[in-house]
Amino acid sequence: MRQTEISIAGCRTLLRRGGTGAPLLWLHAEHGGGWPPALRRLAQHFDVIAPDLPGFGGSATPEWLDTIHDLAFFTLELLEALNLHAVRLVGASLGGWVATEAAVRDRSRLSHLALLNPMGLHVKGLAAQDPFLATPEETMAANFHNAAQPMDAVELDLQLKHRHAFARMAWAPRLHDPHLEKWLHRLRLPTLILSGAEDRVVPPANGARYAAAIPGARQVVLPGCAHLAEMDAPEAVCAALEPFLEPDPRRPDRRSGEPVSPTEETRP
Amino acid sequence: MRFFFFHLMPYAALDPDYDQTHKSAWVTLPNSYYDPAIGADLYNRYLDELEYAAELGFEGIGVNEHHQNAYGLMPCPNVFAGMLARRIPATTKIAILGRALPVLSNPLSVAEEFAVLDNVTRGRIITGFVRGIGAEYHSLAVNPTESHARFHEAHDLITQAWTRDGPFAFEGKYYHFPYVNLWPRVYQQPHPPIWIPSQGSSETIAFAAHPSRRYVYLQTATPAVMLFRYMQAYRDEALRMGYQASPDQLGWSVKIHVAETDEIARREAKPHVEAFANKFLRMPPEMLLPPGYTSIESMKRIQEAKKTITGSARTMEQMIEQGTFICGSPQTVIDQLADYQRKGGFNIVMAGLHYGTLPAELTRKNIEMFAREVMPALANASPGTAAAAAAAE
Repeated sequence: MRQTEISIAGCRTLLRRGGTGAPLLWLHAEHGGGWPPALRRLAQHFDVIAPDLPGFGGSATPEWLDTIHDLAFFTLELLEALNLHAVRLVGASLGGWVATEAAVRDRSRLSHLALLNPMGLHVKGLAAQDPFLATPEETMAANFHNAAQPMDAVELDLQLKHRHAFARMAWAPRLHDPHLEKWLHRLRLPTLILSGAEDRVVPPANGARYAAAIPGARQVVLPGCAHLAEMDAPEAVCAALEPFLEPDPRRPDRRSGEPVSPTEETRP
Repeated sequence: MRFFFFHLMPYAALDPDYDQTHKSAWVTLPNSYYDPAIGADLYNRYLDELEYAAELGFEGIGVNEHHQNAYGLMPCPNVFAGMLARRIPATTKIAILGRALPVLSNPLSVAEEFAVLDNVTRGRIITGFVRGIGAEYHSLAVNPTESHARFHEAHDLITQAWTRDGPFAFEGKYYHFPYVNLWPRVYQQPHPPIWIPSQGSSETIAFAAHPSRRYVYLQTATPAVMLFRYMQAYRDEALRMGYQASPDQLGWSVKIHVAETDEIARREAKPHVEAFANKFLRMPPEMLLPPGYTSIESMKRIQEAKKTITGSARTMEQMIEQGTFICGSPQTVIDQLADYQRKGGFNIVMAGLHYGTLPAELTRKNIEMFAREVMPALANASPGTAAAAAAAE
């Protein structure tokens, strides 16, 4: 894995990149990025590119970072700056929301979309943990079902930086964009939703809503897996991602979901 | 020394055992704990207490704003100011401390309400601008990372609405109005006094002390040693900006209990002031300090210190020792206030003579004894020159 810095829309951005194969852009969750075991494994099959999103980790917090839409446009700018094509876009939680917001705007450089416990949609009446009122202990319990202490102790500075950026994006409307769902039909690309059965921050019913709104999308519920799926159950997550994301671009078999023609999902 | 009587209007009938099942008296405490029949009595009693203080000769009476909690039942302080406006002596001021600008959806309506009160009272209102406390960003679903920016923009909008001829356009990031054109205009010129209550931050002090504003800075809920430092920070900032701050630009909001003797005062106050500190103010850090409410640097200092105003249970004796509560005979209270004034250099005291669960008869007695025995003795008291030395200790 190589670590570099790149300027995107004036924002100093930390980029981790490793492996060979089709490009896979990984957008991390609200707890920050890194190069966890799941990415190490994916790098055996893909050219994995993992930026620290603006406001997180080693990237700057730019003046323009106001809403989730700014991170969506950042993502599109990054794809252009790296001149990537046929990108497997994968996002976890907050990163899944960012990936979706980017993809509904412009999917021309994307080949597949995979979302892990994605935030971004709201299901009325669905009971879920409020990550902004949860105690650190409650947050750990919601994020991890299997791993007791799987994250390296993130230093306090970074925790506070991440929490600030997360709140800026997701405080109100809480964890969602009310204008996202009506454009999900634009996601005319193979899409997989992974939901942790034990996720209490973004319960599986939320992922089901995504799957129902995206043409041809499929939801896979991972048993015994909590909110931070890629940390909590990295093997199960990778096992589900790898065949879907088609590591070898020459292989013609598409995903298990049925292909859709552009006309049939054009909505009024 | 100038005296105001300040009320928080807590739901004093709160079941004290609520904390066996709930984390806080804020945000998520079920409102089934509120009994409207009891609440109606409390509201009327509290309004009587404010009116009584006005009769007894306080310079003014103070109301404030809190949302969705048992700690303070005034979500709409201008409604309370309106209820009091025509029932108190025509010489008494009403301090509305304050409106929590960032958590309100439309600051122009705040400018309007204040302007109406300013007209009706013929210029006897003092306005307060605050950011609200952290819990209110949960309760009103306003993004705390926008708190500072919204506060400054709302402040600019309101002061311009009061001072500029309308109609004009206000073109902000959060508040954008093609037509600002206040009817009524404000009565006081150039505008009603603005006070800035704060738990203490260098940004807020610099904002209030700026020569273009010179707003009264009102320190709330702070140990005496910190009070002295914040007061000095204001004076230092004023000097840095080229002027000498007046003691009338500095105030202290503090809970006070007076009784016949020190022993009686402590006995009367203890359960009620401890209820205030340990029941009504109880709040976990996630509620008190949402992200962005303070700078990351301040947040880090607080987390590392692992202590907040809502930390472990506090006793009355600790509060007296720290100076967050003044309690005793009239002479004790006089001596304490004079000492704090000498060291703090302030001239305004916002006296919290009701707190927590203090019952009606004790509240009335506290207000009477304070007005009759403490206030006259300190009427001509003014800070000396000891303040800078005290702040440096």
